[in-house]
Amino acid sequence: MVTTEGMEEEEKWLAEGIAAIQHNAFYMSRALDSDNLREALKYSALLLSELRTSKLSPHKYYDLYMRAFDELRKLEMFFREEDRHGCSVIDLYELVQHAGNILPRLYLLCTVGSVYIKSKEAPAKDILKDLVEMCRGIQHPTRGLFLRSYLAQISRDKLPDLGSEYEGEGDTVMDAVDFVLQNFTEMNKLWVRMQHNGPVRLKEKLEKERSELRDLVGKNLHVLSQIEGVDLEMYKDVVLPRVLEQVVNCKDEIAQYYLMDCIIQVFPDEYHLQTLETLLGACPQLQPAVDVKTVLSRLMERLSNYADSSPEVLPDFLQVEAFAKLSSAIGKVIEAQVDMPVVGAISLFVSLLTFTLRVHPDRLDYVDQVLGACVKKLSSKAKLEDSKATKQVVTLLSAPLEKYTDIVTVLTLSNYPRVMDHLDAGTNKIMATIIIESIMKNDTCVSTADKVEVLFELIKGLIKDLDETATDELDEEDFKEEQNSVARLLHMLYNDEPEEMLKIICTVRKHIMAGGPNRLTFTVPPLAFSALKLVRRLQVQDGDMAGEEVPATPKKIFQLLNEIIEALSSVPASELALRLYLQCAEAANDCELEPIAYEFFTQAFVLYEEEVADSKAQVTAIHLIIGTLQKMTVFGVENRDTLTHKATGYSAKLLKKPDQCRAVYACSHLFWVDDQDGIKDGERVLLCLKRSLRIANAAQQQANVTRGSSGPVTLFVEILNKYLYFFEKGNPQVTPAAIQSLIELIKTEMQSDATTPDTASDAFFSSTLRYIQFQKQKGGLMGEKYSPIKLFSFTCFDCTFSS
Amino acid sequence: QNYIIGAFKPACNISITFGDGKSRKPVPLKKENGQTVMVPLFQSQENIAGKISVEPVSGKKAEHNGIKVELLGQIEMYFDRGNFYDFTSLVRELDVPGEIYERKIYPFEFSTVEMPYETYNGVNVRLRYVLKITISRGYAGSIVEYQDFVVRNYTPPPSINNSIKMEVGIEDCLHIEFEYNKSKYHLKDVIIGKIYFLLVRIKIKNMDLEIRRRESTGSGANTHVETETLAKFELMDGAPVRGESIPIRLFLSPYELTPTYRNINNKFSVKYYLNLVLVDEEDRRYFKQQEITMFRLAETS
Repeated sequence: MVTTEGMEEEEKWLAEGIAAIQHNAFYMSRALDSDNLREALKYSALLLSELRTSKLSPHKYYDLYMRAFDELRKLEMFFREEDRHGCSVIDLYELVQHAGNILPRLYLLCTVGSVYIKSKEAPAKDILKDLVEMCRGIQHPTRGLFLRSYLAQISRDKLPDLGSEYEGEGDTVMDAVDFVLQNFTEMNKLWVRMQHNGPVRLKEKLEKERSELRDLVGKNLHVLSQIEGVDLEMYKDVVLPRVLEQVVNCKDEIAQYYLMDCIIQVFPDEYHLQTLETLLGACPQLQPAVDVKTVLSRLMERLSNYADSSPEVLPDFLQVEAFAKLSSAIGKVIEAQVDMPVVGAISLFVSLLTFTLRVHPDRLDYVDQVLGACVKKLSSKAKLEDSKATKQVVTLLSAPLEKYTDIVTVLTLSNYPRVMDHLDAGTNKIMATIIIESIMKNDTCVSTADKVEVLFELIKGLIKDLDETATDELDEEDFKEEQNSVARLLHMLYNDEPEEMLKIICTVRKHIMAGGPNRLTFTVPPLAFSALKLVRRLQVQDGDMAGEEVPATPKKIFQLLNEIIEALSSVPASELALRLYLQCAEAANDCELEPIAYEFFTQAFVLYEEEVADSKAQVTAIHLIIGTLQKMTVFGVENRDTLTHKATGYSAKLLKKPDQCRAVYACSHLFWVDDQDGIKDGERVLLCLKRSLRIANAAQQQANVTRGSSGPVTLFVEILNKYLYFFEKGNPQVTPAAIQSLIELIKTEMQSDATTPDTASDAFFSSTLRYIQFQKQKGGLMGEKYSPIKLFSFTCFDCTFSS
Repeated sequence: QNYIIGAFKPACNISITFGDGKSRKPVPLKKENGQTVMVPLFQSQENIAGKISVEPVSGKKAEHNGIKVELLGQIEMYFDRGNFYDFTSLVRELDVPGEIYERKIYPFEFSTVEMPYETYNGVNVRLRYVLKITISRGYAGSIVEYQDFVVRNYTPPPSINNSIKMEVGIEDCLHIEFEYNKSKYHLKDVIIGKIYFLLVRIKIKNMDLEIRRRESTGSGANTHVETETLAKFELMDGAPVRGESIPIRLFLSPYELTPTYRNINNKFSVKYYLNLVLVDEEDRRYFKQQEITMFRLAETS
C-alpha cells in the first residue's frame, strides 16, 4: 500500500517536473528564435533546475534527464553560432559559470565546453580536464551520475583520440584516456556511494536502483575500449591498472562484480591474454561476497572462444602461461575467500577444466592438476553433502570424459579417482554409470590390467556396496540396469596378448568377487565368457605356444573359471552355474583336457543333483547336459560311459512322463555321434528309443486314466522322427520294420476314439509321412533304403481324414 | 504644463559642462529618488574643470550677490538625516555681485583635486562628490544647482597577496580544509579555490559560498553594522565523503562590489567577507567567514 502510494506520488512529481521543463523549454525556444542569449541562458538554467530534484527514483529521473537532454541539444546548436548571440565561446564559457545553482551551471558548462572544444580555440585536453574537475561539485549520487554521463556523452566524439581532429599539438590519446578514466573513477565512487545513502531497510530497493544505473558507469569502460589509441601497451600500463585500482578500492561487491565483468566483456581477448596476471591479481582482492567464480568463468570462456577462433593464437596462450596463471589465481581466490561455499570452488575448477580442455586438450597434466587442486579443496571434508556441489563435481568429472572420447586417457589422471572418493555413494554410482556409458558409446577398449585396475577403482560404486550403512531400498530395476551396464563393460576389457588378458581377467575377478552375491549373477557370466574367449584364442595359437613356458595356459584359466563359477554357489544361482560349467566343459573338450572337462561335468551333475529342484529347470538342465555331453569327444570310454549313464539315468527320473520321454530319446544321441570317429552304438540307441516309446505309451495310458482321453500323438511322432534320423544315419538296429510298426501304431492311436484330435500333431505326422514318401520317390541309395516302408493306406487315410 | 513648471522655475537656468566631458566615461549613479543618471567619472588628483552657463529666464534680468562654485565631498549618514559632513570643500568665486541680462559663461577649474574616497552608496551611508553652484540673492533666496560626479580610485595589484588556507571543523563531526587562492581580489577577479573534506560524519545537503558586505557606520556606541549577502553561489550538491575535494570558481564580475573601505574619514567602513556555508539534511548551517580585501584595478581598456 505504502509503495503504491509512493509510486503514485513519484508519478506526480515526475509529471510536475516534466511540465516545468516544457514550460521553460518553451520560453527558451522563444529566446533562441530571437537570438536572445541572456533569456536563453536564464530559461535553460530554470529548465535544468528541475533536475535538482531528490524525489525521483533513478528510473524516473532518467525520464526527466532525457527531456532536459533534448533541450540542451538545441541550446548547443545555438551556442555554436556565434553571429547569432554575438558572444565569443570563451566569454560564453565564463558567462554560464555565473549561474548560482551548481547543477544547471555545470550542465550549461558542459554544453558550452563541447562547443568550445569544437571551436578549437583552446586545447581539448584543457577543456575536458576543467569539465571533469568542475563536475566534482555534484556529490549527490544520482544527479552526479547523470551529469557525468552527460559529460561523457557530449565529449565522446571530441576526445583527442588517434586520428581524431582534436588530436595533436599537445593533445594526445593519453589525455583522452585520462579524461575518461577520471570520469569513470568519479562515477564509480558516486555509484558505490548510493549504497550507503539510505536506511538499511531499503537495501534491496537501493540495490535495484543501483543496478538500473550501472550501465552509466560501465559506459565509460566501453568508451575506453573504443578509443583507437588505446593499444595493448597503453592498456597494460595505464588503462587496466587504473581501472582495477578503482575496482579494488571501491570495496563494493555490486560494483566489483559488474565492473570486472565489464572489463572482461568490453576489451579485446588479446589484451586479456597479455594482461592476465594483472587482471587475475585483482580477483583475490575483491570483496568476499563478489561472485568471483562467475567473473572468472566468463573470462575463461572468452579466452576459450578466443583460442577456438584461430589456432594461431595458441602460442600466445603458451607464452603467457595462461593456464598456470589462471590456476594459481583460482587457488588464491579460494584461499582468500574463506567463506566461499564448496560449490563455488568446484564450479571454478569446472570452468578452469573446461578452459584447459578447450585450449590445451593435449595437456593431460593440466587436467590432472585441476583435479588435484579440487581434491585438495575437498579433502577438508570426507564426503560432500551439498547437492549442488555434488552436481558440480559430476560436471567436473564428466568434462574430460566428453572431451577425450577415449576413456583410457582419463584413466591416466591420477587425481580422478581421488576426486570421486569424495562423492557420496549415490553420486559415485551416477558417475560410474557415466563413465561406463562413455566407454560404451565410444567403443573404447581398455587393454591393460593396470588400467582396468584404475577403472574399477573409478566405478567401484557399482562393483561393491560402498556404504554399509546405506539401507535405502535400491530399486530392483535400477540395480539390474546398473549391473547390466557393468556386465557390458566387462566385454570392453580386452587385450590381444593372452598374458595381459589373463591379468585383466584376474583383476576383474578380484573386483567382482568383492561385489557380494547380488552382483555375481550379473558379473560372473561376462567374466566367464571373457575367460573362455581367451581359452579359445589360446587353443588356436596352441601350435605356436607349445613347449614354451607360458603363464597363460588353458589349464590355469580353467582353474580360474572353476573358482569363479564356484562363487555363484553363494548366491545361489545353480542354473546359471550349471550352464557355465557346461560351457567350460565344452571349451575344455576343445582343448582336449579330459580331466578338466570331466571335472566340469561332475560339477554340473553335482549341481543338478543337489541344487536343481524345480522340475522345469531340471528339464532344461538335462537337455543342456545331454546336448553338451553329446559333443564331447575328449572323454575316454570309461568316463563317457559314466557320464552318459548318469545322464540317461536322470532323464528317466524326470517328473513328467512327456519330459521323461523326450529326455530319453534325446539321450539316444549320446550313443551316436555323427562324426567320423564318433561312437556309433546302434544297440544302445535303439534301447533308448524303445525305452522312450515305452514311456510314451505309459504317458498315453496315464492320460487315459486320469482324464479319460489320451494325449496327442505328438510324442510318438517325435520318436518316429528320431527313428527316421537314425535310420538314415545308417544305424543297423533301426529297421524299416520297426519304423513300419511305429507308423501303424501312430495311425491306430489316431483313429482310436480315446485320442484327442490335435491339428498340430496331425500336421506333424502327415508331414513326416510326406517326408518318407519323398525319400522313397527320390530314388537312389536313400530311396532304396526307404522302399521297404509301406505307406499304401496313406492316401486313403488322407481322404478319410479330410472328409 | 510647461507654464506651470515655468512658474516655479528659478529665474536662471544653470548648466555645467565638463571640459573633457566628451572623452570622459559616463557611469551610472543612483540618486536619492531612485533614478539612475549617467555622470562623469573622475579619480583623485584629476583636474576638474569646465564651464558653467547661467541664463536668465526669457530675457529677464537676474540680480545677484555673487556666483560661486563649490566642489564638495560629503558623507551622509541616513540614520542621522540631514547631517552632512563635508570632508572636502573647495570654492571658486565666479562673479562679483551684479546683474545678468543674458546668458553668461563662467569657466572654472579645480586642479589636482585630492579626492581620497570613492563615491559610495551604501545601506546607511552615502559618500558623494558634487559641484554646487550658488547664485546668491538677497531676498528671493539663492539659486542652487548641483552636479554629481563619481570618483573611483584605482589601486595597483598588491605586491603581497597570500592565499587563504584554513582548517575548520566540529570535533568528530565535520572537518574541512578550504583554500582561496588570494586574500585580495580586484572587482572583476575570479575566486579560485578548493575545499577538502577531511572528515564527514554528517549528511551534508549542499554547500554555498557567499559574498557578504559589512558596512559599519558611526563609532562607539553609535556604531551601526549592516551586513548584506551579495552573492550566494552553490559550490556543491549532495553529501561528499571523506577525501573528496570540491573546486571553487567564482567570477566576481556579475556582482556589484566596491573596494574595501577602511575607516573612511572616521565615519564608516565597508568590508567584504567570503562565507562558506554547509547545510546538512536537517537544515543546520555550518559556516566559516573569512575577510577578503577588494580593490579596484585600473581598467585596461
